[in-house]
Amino acid sequence: MRLHLLALLAKEPAHGYELKQALELTFGSAYPSPNIGQIYVTLGRLEKDGLIRAVDVEQSNRPNKKVYYLTAAGREALDAWVDEPTEGPRVRDEFFMKLILAPLTGIADRMTLINRQRRHYLGLMRDLTDLTEATDPANRPAMLLIEGAMLHLQADLDWLERCQEDLTP
Amino acid sequence: MQSGAVVRTVNLVKIYQTGGLPVPAVRGVDLEVADGEFVAIMGPSGSGKSTLIHMIGGLDTRTSGEIWLDGQRADTLSESGWAVLRREKVGFVFQFFNLVATMTVADNVELPALLGGASARQARERREYLLGELGLTERAEAAPAQLSGGEQQRVALARALANQPRLLLADEPTGNLDSRNGRDVLRLLRDIHEKGQTIIVVTHDAKVAGMADRVVMLLDGQIVDDGRSVRRTSSKRPGGAGDVIELRG
Repeated sequence: MRLHLLALLAKEPAHGYELKQALELTFGSAYPSPNIGQIYVTLGRLEKDGLIRAVDVEQSNRPNKKVYYLTAAGREALDAWVDEPTEGPRVRDEFFMKLILAPLTGIADRMTLINRQRRHYLGLMRDLTDLTEATDPANRPAMLLIEGAMLHLQADLDWLERCQEDLTP
Repeated sequence: MQSGAVVRTVNLVKIYQTGGLPVPAVRGVDLEVADGEFVAIMGPSGSGKSTLIHMIGGLDTRTSGEIWLDGQRADTLSESGWAVLRREKVGFVFQFFNLVATMTVADNVELPALLGGASARQARERREYLLGELGLTERAEAAPAQLSGGEQQRVALARALANQPRLLLADEPTGNLDSRNGRDVLRLLRDIHEKGQTIIVVTHDAKVAGMADRVVMLLDGQIVDDGRSVRRTSSKRPGGAGDVIELRG
């Protein structure tokens, strides 16, 4: 979450609760609702690393609140994050290991493993379809995120099909 | 035959003779589809899934085995007998819509009902109902070529449903559509299924297959899996995308 918070602070200085609200506003239901405690812990670490700094702002009748802003080093870290390509998703490692290792031990055969995995993926796809219906189409980040997840899932299913084809002589 | 089954195949086989060399496409398929069921057939290309659905719809002949439609033995029928049965019992949707280019949308949808013996008034009423349900009322007088791919597929679906068929067969219905149009067709399939329509769909599209009650996997002309998909989240806890999709923080 470090870089997400840096990106929001690059837009404007903010205190912890404002950052939580900004995340919710930007991503809507697409983002796992951020925990305020986790945000404060992350801000503390960013401050310790010199990427952000805090100023105390006095409030009447309440304790001071800390408003955070980006430092030059924070700006550099953010630029580096934006400029580098992001790691692509990997093959479902755990299922792949099962597929290769389980038959060796005689615990299960590959056809059974693949069939079970396909049913699971199709169930997930159904959930994503329901989610599309339940999501406000105006929430573009959420819609794009769901569509991305569907495309990944379709690719996983196509790959399962390849594995299955490979089993037939 | 068991009551309630709309389709039943028994040891169904299709062997193509290409250049003297027999090529088995379907190798002994036993499939039973109950009334109101939505079944998706998946499998790699060449696995026999299109051949299977074509045989069930009477568009291709079987080499051996039995096909029963709505309690009636179908594979032993003459070509004209099949044509009558198909007209009465089966609606078909294809990947490339196959609409009659020189007829309006309205006429495309009315044609099967008229061929099926409905009066002009009945055919018109059914057409108006279907186009209304599919959000196409305003496109009734358009030619198919004036419609988007998604609209054409909706018209094809309306045409397939014109005779209130016992069975709807669809071969890659979203295969030629972008994601938005695919979503419309998907929604329609779900809606008519909820109203009790029996559906068999051949598809590569996991969104369509995920919607089905049951998924049959074909490999090399044989069924290697037949079962229900497993829902992870319960319907009473819908949640947001964040609950289904894990963003790396």
